[in-house]
Amino acid sequence: MKTFLFCVLVLLVILIGAYLYRVLRGPTIFDRVLGLNGISTKAIILLIVIGLYFDRVDMFIDISTGYALLNSVGALAVAKYLEQKGLS
Amino acid sequence: MEILSIIFIVGGLFFLIVAAIGVIRLPDVFSRSHAVSLTDSLGAFLMLVGIALHDELGKNTLKILVVLALLYILNPVIAHATIRAAVRAGLKPWKKENS
Repeated sequence: MKTFLFCVLVLLVILIGAYLYRVLRGPTIFDRVLGLNGISTKAIILLIVIGLYFDRVDMFIDISTGYALLNSVGALAVAKYLEQKGLS
Repeated sequence: MEILSIIFIVGGLFFLIVAAIGVIRLPDVFSRSHAVSLTDSLGAFLMLVGIALHDELGKNTLKILVVLALLYILNPVIAHATIRAAVRAGLKPWKKENS
């Protein structure tokens, strides 16, 4: 089970790299915001799997809940700002 | 129980990989948002249910379900706000002729 969880962790980090390509390369700024949102979802799952790997699920779930709330507030603020500002 | 949790986690990883391929390969911000928001929600659901099945029932299961509900409320809201900003900024959807 430990080996399987380690493989899951490595695969999740590779997926975060794929999203990071879109964030660095994206033609418009909305692509970058979308990629950051995807990275945050992967990070929440990654934190819980790390908790399972180290047998401390109770602690890491609290961290991931806080991360989800903070990230949602940040992403909504960026989206509202871009909606008023436009493309340029 | 452990076999069931492994099956759920592998299924979730499949959907997350499909989302990553979509976000690299698709041509437009709207189609990319389609790939990311739908597939990410299903993949996160399967992975978190697999993790919740791994432990015995208790406080941790409830906390994982709280994180899942939070993801299902906040993910569509963020995707909708981003795409609405893109539409109001004047981006046009991708068509086959302009490429």
